[in-house]
This record gives sequence, structure tokens and C-alpha cells, in this order.
Amino acid sequence: MASTHRPLSPHLQIWRWGLHMGLSISHRVTGSGNAVGALILVWGFCALATGPEAFAFFMDVMTSLLGRIVLFGVTLSVMLHLCTGVRHLIMDSGRGLDIETNRKLGYAAIIVAIVLTLGLWGGTYWFAGAL
Amino acid sequence: MSKFRTPISKVRGFGSAKSGAVHWWHQKMTAIANLFLVLWFAFSIMSLGGADYATFIWWVRDPLVTVLLVLMIASLFYHFRLGLQVVIEDYVHNEGTKAVSLIALNLVTAGLALLGILSVLKVSFGG
Repeated sequence: MASTHRPLSPHLQIWRWGLHMGLSISHRVTGSGNAVGALILVWGFCALATGPEAFAFFMDVMTSLLGRIVLFGVTLSVMLHLCTGVRHLIMDSGRGLDIETNRKLGYAAIIVAIVLTLGLWGGTYWFAGAL
Repeated sequence: MSKFRTPISKVRGFGSAKSGAVHWWHQKMTAIANLFLVLWFAFSIMSLGGADYATFIWWVRDPLVTVLLVLMIASLFYHFRLGLQVVIEDYVHNEGTKAVSLIALNLVTAGLALLGILSVLKVSFGG
């Protein structure tokens, strides 16, 4: 390090929070958070392969209040990452890069993710006969 | 002696830049695979709401379901590895810690993927 007094580029605390930076950050946060879902996924298949008792324990944990809260968070995280990921794929193709289209795509990603999450949960309760 | 060397000879041995986009490309390929496989999985689990152990076993044993589950776990954990690799490279600045974290990430994701795939196959092939 030649000099410790070099000008620094503005960082997070300088910028006003906006949709685009928020979605960029949330894409990374939800992507990392989805690791929790990946662990639950593997545990579930392991339990299924182990036998009825192991699977019953897995289902007991997942259907407990804490389990449901974690699973709801995982569903929302996965669906948000999926939708913001589609937005990134669209941007990778060179489309939707102007500010207005990009903003609309961003809001669409959030809305679709919430609708998918609530739909999946409502559907699960409906199939289970709880609705 | 070194001043007689051509620029290309100095660069040789330091690796080719031809794999520069491979990480990005693999991340996008697995993203597209995950998009379809995870949505299929989520809606399948939804339709299994309230199902018992025997029903889950019956579902996994369908050959199409077995194949899609194996593909999903493979694609999911490869995508997981590629994504977390970038997060580690961005935020872990100590070279030693970074190397250990990256090695651990590779081993853990490979191990978990194998555990998930073998569990699915065991259920699928099980008597």
C-alpha cells in the first residue's frame, strides 16, 4: 500500500436506497439463504430413505410452528431468488436495461414471488384438507 | 537472457484465458435448469400436502420423478457451489481463510449432493 490517503469510491452508505440496488443485494442474500433450504431438502430425502420413523421425525420438525416459520421463509427466499434470477437472465440477454423497464421488471419479480409463495402455501393446506 | 524472450513466451504457462466465462455460463445454465426443476418440485410437494410416508415413497419411485429429482439435486448443488464461491471470493479477504472456505464449500456441496442423490436412488430402487 503506497498511500493510505487515496480517495475512496463512494460505498453503500453514500447512495440513496433504490429498487435496483435492493434487488441486487436481495438476490445475493436470498441465494445464500437458500442454502438452508438445500439442507432441509437433503435431510428430507435422507429421512425418506432411512425409514418411517426418521421420516416421521423430519415431518414433526417441519410441521412444528418453528418448522413452518423456517419453511415459509425458505419458500419466500427461493421464490424471490427464482424471480430476481429470471430478471437477471432477461438482463443478460440485453433486454430490459432501460431504467423504467428495469423498474417494472423488479416490481414484477417481487409480486410474482409473493404470489407464488402464498399460492404454494395455500395450495399445500388445501391439498392437506386444512382449508 | 530474459530480454530475448517474446511476449507470448512470457505469458505461456500462466494459463489460458479461454475459461473466463465458464463460471458465468455454468451459473446461467444451472439457473435455467433450476427454474423449471424447482417450480416442478415446489408444485409437486404442494400437491402432496398431507401425504403420508407411503405416498411420498410411491411418488419418488415413479421413474420420471426419480430422474427429475436427481437432476434437480445435481443442478441445485452445482449452482449453490458457484454462487457461494463468488460470495466467499468477494467477502473473505484473508487468502488462507479464503482457500479453506472454498475447499470446504466444494467438499460440502459435493457431499450433500451425493447424499441427496443416493437417498433418492435408494428409495427408487428399494424393494
